[in-house]
Amino acid sequence: MPFIDAIRLALSQIRVQKLKSFFTLLGVVIGVMFLIAVVSIVEGMSSYMEHDFVGKLVGVNTISLKRNGDFQDVSEEEWRAMQRRPRVLITDVEPVVSALPPGTLWSAEGYDNVPMSSRWAKPSNLEAWAVDGDYFQIREMKVSKGRLITSQEMALGTPVVVVGEEIAERYFPDLDPIGRELKVAGLPYTVIGVAESQGSIFGLSLDRFAIAPYRSPLRHVVNRPQVIDALKIKLPGDGDMIEAQETIRQVMRGRRGLRASQPDNFALETSESALKFWNDIKSKLVIAGVILPAIGLVVGAIVIMNIMLVAVAERTREIGIRKALGARRRDIMSQFLVEAATLSTVGAAIGIVMGILLAQFISAVSPLPASVAPWSIVAGVIVGAGVGIISGIYPASRASRLDPIMALRSE
Amino acid sequence: MQTTEDMPMSFTAEREAVTQRAGSAPDKDWVIVTRGIKREYDMGGEIVRALRGVDVAIRRNEYVAIMGPSGSGKSTLMNLIGCLDTPDAGEYWLSGNLVSSMADDELARVRNREIGFVFQTFNLLPRATALHNVELPLVYAGVPSDERRKRAIAALERVQLGDRITHRPNELSGGQRQRVAIARALVNNPAILLADEPTGNLDSSTSEEIMRVFEELATTGQTVIMVTHEPDIAAHARRVIVLRDGMIESDDRRERFAEKMQVGGLASAHK
Repeated sequence: MPFIDAIRLALSQIRVQKLKSFFTLLGVVIGVMFLIAVVSIVEGMSSYMEHDFVGKLVGVNTISLKRNGDFQDVSEEEWRAMQRRPRVLITDVEPVVSALPPGTLWSAEGYDNVPMSSRWAKPSNLEAWAVDGDYFQIREMKVSKGRLITSQEMALGTPVVVVGEEIAERYFPDLDPIGRELKVAGLPYTVIGVAESQGSIFGLSLDRFAIAPYRSPLRHVVNRPQVIDALKIKLPGDGDMIEAQETIRQVMRGRRGLRASQPDNFALETSESALKFWNDIKSKLVIAGVILPAIGLVVGAIVIMNIMLVAVAERTREIGIRKALGARRRDIMSQFLVEAATLSTVGAAIGIVMGILLAQFISAVSPLPASVAPWSIVAGVIVGAGVGIISGIYPASRASRLDPIMALRSE
Repeated sequence: MQTTEDMPMSFTAEREAVTQRAGSAPDKDWVIVTRGIKREYDMGGEIVRALRGVDVAIRRNEYVAIMGPSGSGKSTLMNLIGCLDTPDAGEYWLSGNLVSSMADDELARVRNREIGFVFQTFNLLPRATALHNVELPLVYAGVPSDERRKRAIAALERVQLGDRITHRPNELSGGQRQRVAIARALVNNPAILLADEPTGNLDSSTSEEIMRVFEELATTGQTVIMVTHEPDIAAHARRVIVLRDGMIESDDRRERFAEKMQVGGLASAHK
């Protein structure tokens, strides 16, 4: 029997038995729906990580020198060893930067959660940063009100702060915050600028910060003397990241007197290493996102197999008629296989649509972003048809082996 | 020419066709030749010898009825002639092909090309239209859909159902259903039209209507083989073969059969 006739026949079977077909398809619909939804959300998070997160938090084309990297997977023992590493110091900045090509931007950063307060709001702990160098350029941060910290203020350690939008709103409700006093860890600071909104990551606002010059008194609050949390380096446009990282490594190893046999006791992080870390997480999420729907699909396959067995039993006479009229085994086999495959492909199609809707819904009501990956749609269709074919094999082969005389006699 | 009841093979030519050397194909005149076919069933440990050596030779364009009481083996013979089953022993030649040694798929092909079935219970696909039912053998013959439709419509017109092609079986009367089944049987131009109790589910006037269709087909040269237990239906055929206990009891021309019927000598065939 030609393939097109088999499909037409299968579709008419589905049309005739709408309700039964729906229940048959439920497992496949749900399986494919979750497959699409989970993959869409993982893909959404992924494109978010690649475009926004890494850019915002790490900065493209930047290298961070830190005691410990943020984006790595370590054992508890390694982690304890890392806690014993020496801190990065403000005195490390000058030797490192001077070893790098001219035009390199740098920023020394120390931060901690400290109580902030104003005349209009009670104290609460928020992120305070003590920074030096080209912090705003590296972060590509601009102000929506007021101005940034000048290099003169940086050099003098003037007690001024640039605050995030949320701080401005919370501490100076309905007021112009510029020129007003914000107490940071009890120290009086003057607000000189409000940074443009930095958006959010997974629902967490990135606008809850206050940035002050490193040389201002805040540095004593956020870190012990001389200590900084990170030195960020941004190379000029054509800078060689690999070479720069090696230069920094050598300078730091020299400063710390490490022998060749000793490992680095500091971390260098780039946007690539952050992405690599994310990709590790992503592959685990994708596996989870595939295994869970797979359980649904297995259930769906068993249901389809059962329904097809029932269909074969119910349609024994039809099979007998077809055999009497000249259907060969393979005709009957392909009829039921195509029917099972068509059934589950229709289920997969419904599942794809529902999965896309579910992903949209989740991204609408939660901070999780969603983006539908084309490959997941293709995978959904293939998986759907595959489930149908696999679960149809046994019933179809049973149907094809029926004895025509017995089959014609059945009621 | 002997025509005694002790001699079932009452036709010399038939006897010759059957008694030809085993394994040799009969002349092309003969659409069906069986040589000593046997069929046994295992019914829960008990061996039932449904056919115990049956020799039949049927010419092209014959109109034959196979009669016999229940248990006589006529259904078994019909299944064998219809290639739904194969004999345990003996030869069956259909249109010059040795069918008795064929595998499943070859049998399916022979059923598709050589045999048109008409069943007592019509055996139409209930959810398919008359047209689709008639197209079915052509689907399995691999006929392209345009031609399929054309030929199916022609077959339906031949049984005066040209105006019912989109009706489903439950929208048709019993006689109309059987005529759809006849159209389906004829659509692939089979060598034989094989009818199994074709009027068993019909009232007498509808039965007459169906018998007229068979009569007309027989006159236009279609080989018709009909299995029935009703002597007045069998009397429509030109030749009547009566089976009893898995063997041929008699094989007569219609006139001779009618004669025997009148003297009541065939009570055994009529139950």
